[in-house]
Amino acid sequence: MIYLTRKCEFSASHYYHNPELTQEENHRVFGKCANLDGHGHNYTLEVTVKGNVDSTTGFVVDLKQLKDILNDEVVEAMDHRHLNKEVPEFAAQIPTTENLAIVIWDRLALKLQRAKLHRVRVYEMPDLFVDYYGEK
Amino acid sequence: MKAHLTRRYILAASHRLHSDQLSEAENRATYGKCNNPHGHGHNYAVEVTVSGHVSPNTGMVCNLADLDECFRREIMERFDHRNLNSLAEFSRLVPTTENFAAVIYDILKREFRAAHLEKIRIEETVNNSFEYCGEARLS
Repeated sequence: MIYLTRKCEFSASHYYHNPELTQEENHRVFGKCANLDGHGHNYTLEVTVKGNVDSTTGFVVDLKQLKDILNDEVVEAMDHRHLNKEVPEFAAQIPTTENLAIVIWDRLALKLQRAKLHRVRVYEMPDLFVDYYGEK
Repeated sequence: MKAHLTRRYILAASHRLHSDQLSEAENRATYGKCNNPHGHGHNYAVEVTVSGHVSPNTGMVCNLADLDECFRREIMERFDHRNLNSLAEFSRLVPTTENFAAVIYDILKREFRAAHLEKIRIEETVNNSFEYCGEARLS
């Protein structure tokens, strides 16, 4: 089994707000992230896929294909966008880094063919990242 | 849905690697420059990985502010800008980064209950890093 990791970056804005909580409770739970005007990050995404090396191509995955999928599902959908307002999955859930990793996993898992997803790692900041391995 | 969250913190400390169970010559042979009697220091980058189910209410594994506060209180207050050899935690333990990772793991395992502690990873320099996940550690 070989693991291959591809990295990409995107910049987006978001805020944290649970409509079932009062604004005061939202501020208590989410701190500065509850500011409804939003704020932004430069996110770094690392996608790790795994598989056996194809004897004909020597590839675990066709990198061009992986790059296109990342571009369509993540960069086009999220780069320079407002996650709460422009990414449909976040109409009903809070765009924390945890949920962002899960949403990206679900989007990529639908599109990948030969290689299997192993890990989605999303850096919100250089000192904070979330790993998701597809565990329900 | 279960996710892993990692937070990175920087702390500065000094240490000297020296074992009372070895002779002076053996200490020098084992630890090299790290056995310098006056000690030396590092900027340690400590990565704390916790895991848990993502709460449907908050979208979070745990509240980062709680983790930050626990790390500040339990780890920064104890170890930042200190000489590790002078501290009770290392009175009978050589302050290698292996042992430092295990000591930090034990403290956070005891003090941080809001999520499952998976791993402590410490970069002692850009070239050396150490990970401890809670397994038995004495050979």
